[in-house]
Amino acid sequence: MKKLFEEHVATIPAMHEEPATPSAPRRMTLNMGPQHPSTHGVLRIVLELEGETIVKSEPDIGFLHTGIEKECELKNWQQVVTLTDRVDYLANLSNNLVYCLAVEKLLQLEIPARAQWMRVMMTEFTRLNSHLVWLGTHALDIGAMSMFFYCFREREDLLRILEQFSGQRMMTSFIRIGGLALDAPRGWQQSVGKFIRQFPSRVDQYEDLLDSNPIWTRRTKGVGFISLEDMLRWGITGPMVRAAGLAMDARKNEPYSSYDKFDFKVPTRTENDVYARYRVRLEEMRESAKIITQALEGMPDGPFQADAPHVVLPQREKMKTQMESLIYHFKIVTEGFRVPAGEVYQVVESPRGEIAYYAVSDGTAKPYRIHMRTPSFGNLQGLPPMLNGILIADSIAALGSMDFVLGDTDR
Amino acid sequence: MNHPAILETTERLGETTVIADPAKIVEFLLFLRDSEKFNRVSSITAVDWHPAEPRFEVVYHLHSTSRNARLRVKCRLSGTNPEIDSVTSVWPGANWYERETYDMFGIVFRNHPNLVRILMPVDWDGHPLRKDYPVHGYKYGYSNE
Repeated sequence: MKKLFEEHVATIPAMHEEPATPSAPRRMTLNMGPQHPSTHGVLRIVLELEGETIVKSEPDIGFLHTGIEKECELKNWQQVVTLTDRVDYLANLSNNLVYCLAVEKLLQLEIPARAQWMRVMMTEFTRLNSHLVWLGTHALDIGAMSMFFYCFREREDLLRILEQFSGQRMMTSFIRIGGLALDAPRGWQQSVGKFIRQFPSRVDQYEDLLDSNPIWTRRTKGVGFISLEDMLRWGITGPMVRAAGLAMDARKNEPYSSYDKFDFKVPTRTENDVYARYRVRLEEMRESAKIITQALEGMPDGPFQADAPHVVLPQREKMKTQMESLIYHFKIVTEGFRVPAGEVYQVVESPRGEIAYYAVSDGTAKPYRIHMRTPSFGNLQGLPPMLNGILIADSIAALGSMDFVLGDTDR
Repeated sequence: MNHPAILETTERLGETTVIADPAKIVEFLLFLRDSEKFNRVSSITAVDWHPAEPRFEVVYHLHSTSRNARLRVKCRLSGTNPEIDSVTSVWPGANWYERETYDMFGIVFRNHPNLVRILMPVDWDGHPLRKDYPVHGYKYGYSNE
């Protein structure tokens, strides 16, 4: 053990490199993280500094790797839904949705309208949840402490709604293959209506609070620039790309789960700095509120699960009175259901960007391979081109504007 | 779309899959980027078909923002010393995806600028997503096995 540690220490570069020529500035290597509060998890960035300017940066990830993709191959298709929750703890319903859409595409299942609309509403709740946590913690990083409390106040209301729907606050597993876990609870219109009526005014409050704050604007405007070409080449997606002027949003471009029936805009900005990313996310919260209002007013009636007895568990009453339902229940619970052989790449717009699952089936009751293309992994890769050349104090704002979740990166 | 690297094209569930010659992958993806406007790579991964041969499939998912189109390109590799050229020269964002594929499947990407493990510890034994890799790893077996 001691020998291993000494070998490890020997590989760490010296803190101060002697300059090549006496006039050249001294360079210093600095480890940021993995326990730094502004890295929002366990991210380590090796920074090379010249004075206070970053000349080189190298993100080091993998501290939260839990082997979810390997574990997917051991579970049957329906059980994997609970694993997808744990990939990204702030956007668990987006992960549920993309997985279920992929498997439903392989099964060629028809999902009833009510389930589709409910899915849209729930994923928009997730977007609000994620953006609220982002806004609170990002403002906290920069020094606006009270934002954190306001954002978490609204988030608490949101989590109560999620609990009312699914019985869970965070790991909801609400979206299942073939529809939803449960139908909407009694009185959901009241609680959702109450929340969504007051929410737009709360977003206005955030805007007032931050935009009239000279420190906030000075610390965010003109900071963290990375060109749109570089973003696309490095794999950055989501609000960062939209803050650079490209309206890339899977909800509009590749509509899924009846998003094409909703009326909403994809907000874009052109400044391409930390401030523009903040404005884009703020506008997105307003658009999400609009989508939720439309879902609340126009929620179709009907079944919340597909008419597919070999996939969807039968209702409890039917199971007790009908022979076929009992047989299907036994088959699904003991063995799972078989999914036709094939492969599918399903894309969904998560709060952080493009999330895509590549599902491969060999015709058995367990997935052959599930690959998760998570937005945080792609976004974090574009960190060095954004950080190089800026001040170390600005790097905190630039990091925060990226909005990554390390569980999402490492899986 | 016509290119000497294309071996087979299939269309299923509304998705297009092209099986390409692994020896010509860089020039083929350059052609797709420049002539077919696939300006970004969405992800790179692999599938292990152990014990079949060719064992590995390297899968590239491409996306064109201007055409709003997606394409899947697959290359089949043999199970002994799987090697393929790196496409980091086409899209720098391929870097981490290739490192992840190397880490998880042991597929070597030639001419990669920094081909080291990314998710597992650097001194890890084996490649976890291979089908012949036990779930609990090689190190932590059960005593009665």
